[in-house]
Amino acid sequence: MTLGLLSQYVFNGLMLGMIYAMVAVGFTLFFGVLDVIKFSHGDVLMVGAFTGLATYLGLQALGVDSALVQLLVMTLVATLSMALLGALIAKYLVLPLRLAPPLNTLLITLMLGTVLREAVRLFYPQGSNPKPFPRLLPADSLSFGSFTLRADSMILLLAGLAAIVAVHLVINRTKLGLAIRAVAQDAETARIMGINFEFIVLLTFAIGSGMAALGGLMNGLYYNEINFGVGLLLGVIGFSAAVVGGLGNIYGAILGGFLFSALQSLGAVTLPALFPGTSTAYKDVFAFAVVIIFMAWRPTGLIAEKKSERV
Amino acid sequence: MINFKRKTIVSLIGLGLAFAAGAAGAKQTVKLVFIGPLTGGVSANGIGGRNSADLAVRLRNQDPKAKYSYELVSYDDECKPNIAVQVATKAAADNSIIAGVTHYCSVTAVATVDTYHKFGLPVVVWGAVLPSITYGNKYAEVHRVNGTMINQNDVAAKFMTGMKYKKWVVIHDTTDYGKGHNQYFSEHLKKDGGQILATFGVTADQQDFTTELTKAKELKPEVIYFGGLTPLGVRIRSQMEKLGINAVFEGTSGIKSDAFIEGLGNKLAEGSLSFIEGAPWEKLPGGLFFTGKYSLQKYNEAPEAYGPFAYAAANLIIDAIEKVGPNRKKVTAELGKTKDRDSIVGKITFDDHGQNIVPLITKYVVQDGKWLVWEESEYGSGKRKLKGQ
Repeated sequence: MTLGLLSQYVFNGLMLGMIYAMVAVGFTLFFGVLDVIKFSHGDVLMVGAFTGLATYLGLQALGVDSALVQLLVMTLVATLSMALLGALIAKYLVLPLRLAPPLNTLLITLMLGTVLREAVRLFYPQGSNPKPFPRLLPADSLSFGSFTLRADSMILLLAGLAAIVAVHLVINRTKLGLAIRAVAQDAETARIMGINFEFIVLLTFAIGSGMAALGGLMNGLYYNEINFGVGLLLGVIGFSAAVVGGLGNIYGAILGGFLFSALQSLGAVTLPALFPGTSTAYKDVFAFAVVIIFMAWRPTGLIAEKKSERV
Repeated sequence: MINFKRKTIVSLIGLGLAFAAGAAGAKQTVKLVFIGPLTGGVSANGIGGRNSADLAVRLRNQDPKAKYSYELVSYDDECKPNIAVQVATKAAADNSIIAGVTHYCSVTAVATVDTYHKFGLPVVVWGAVLPSITYGNKYAEVHRVNGTMINQNDVAAKFMTGMKYKKWVVIHDTTDYGKGHNQYFSEHLKKDGGQILATFGVTADQQDFTTELTKAKELKPEVIYFGGLTPLGVRIRSQMEKLGINAVFEGTSGIKSDAFIEGLGNKLAEGSLSFIEGAPWEKLPGGLFFTGKYSLQKYNEAPEAYGPFAYAAANLIIDAIEKVGPNRKKVTAELGKTKDRDSIVGKITFDDHGQNIVPLITKYVVQDGKWLVWEESEYGSGKRKLKGQ
């Protein structure tokens, strides 16, 4: 294998890993503040991508042709509306169930995911067909031997990185972030200290869901195609990535996302080489199997929460 | 007593007259079923087929000489075997349905043959190409107007090796459909002297192919053959571009749809190939009649590649019903006798497995956002060249 080829694999893996990491960050944020698992997260991503597409079509109809303007408006509309959706989900579905067994939250968000998915399928015009997603980024590319570096992939990678860094800064460097961390650590004490608990929870859900919308747009811009089922597998993978990394830990989620994409690429490359005749379709089986092993090895994730619960 | 008798006779005559008048005014309605993928990734083809079968029914209903009036019931098989068996059972168990125009997807067509056989519902498959649909069993009820993937891949392999291409990478989905394409294409290609550098089986809903394609890129194939349906075809072709793979994209009948070009845009779709059974219907007199009538009905969707087959299948069934009456057994027997029948997809002759023996395969290439018959394209005339030529 040449260096160029290796770089190509690594780059593909990074791109995929970035999308996974963005989903995983959402899972881990929600778990951090409320100890809940929101299974509709992947479908929020899909709705975000469809919102972006609808905005694009609307702009086209209005005669806005500049790709940059289209891109900015799409990102803004999709991110804000998903942030709102996330906050609404938190307020009306998750918070009321705070004192119920966690299983209820898990179930209710699982069902919400199905509702979102089917709603897009039924109500978006011809929603059950895959939709071509516009190519709005410059398609220039540089070739280094067998490695092709494309401007659009590079921009997406940087945008993803910027989003994750931004979330990181908000959480670690701002007062709001301090409040989020306080709620995550101990909701009761945070309340006594005068932190508006509900507001912080809603905000966290808004941030996580906005990230999902960004992930959805990135996914669409990268593959130039979206469909109503795209959130299902991304949700499961993002969740696994968050768990492997250590639920509640942002770095863990990012690490988990990249780990998962690396495992998938590794599976697709090595499985057919090791066992001739195996189809690369087994790469997901391989990746999930390794995740299971990881979880047996480190049940609390690669980067575990520092504090342990004491009774 | 006499009075009573007379009354009876009079009323009987009256009843008879009324019945005759009724029969002349409203014909008996005969129900047919259409089954295909009306939602999901390949729904463009399913809806095109549904419209085409519907066109056959509408045209016949306008014909004053028709003995019956026809009604088309349509069901969605979602291109999923489990759903297909459900709707097939629903249709077959409904005694008012006499025959069916069934299935675009091979996985659904092959899953339902037993159901049709068990319930004795005669069907004509209009789009699925897996050989075992007709050849897997010997069911009198199952017929097929389109050819199988064996002929298709034979031509696909010969055509490309004839153009001096030597090295292939094969990607196929891991359903029976994709595996079948892989099997027959590989067999034919080896016979014709082509070399397959690698074969990748992928899941039918996979999103990311960059790993498979990067590996393919390393092997430097001249052609990437893809055995599968439109949605995956769009993703693979588009990601080939992302990775800078400079090879011909050779598909099968599964990607011959306008949705393929729409999903990729004209530039990326340019030069993609597909192979499909039957005569190039656009060029046949019947084909022009079909397209003319189709556009008159103002359907929102295009008939797509297999629409003419659905139309031909529906017509075949209606002709049989006109001849022997709305009876499943008689229609089955009548369909089995089909020989040298003219249709818009060329002559139809069923062998003892109900398979139409069409020797003709048409080659298509995308040029400027349209699927054109190879011989009539600028590629065929040598004005444009495929990659690596």
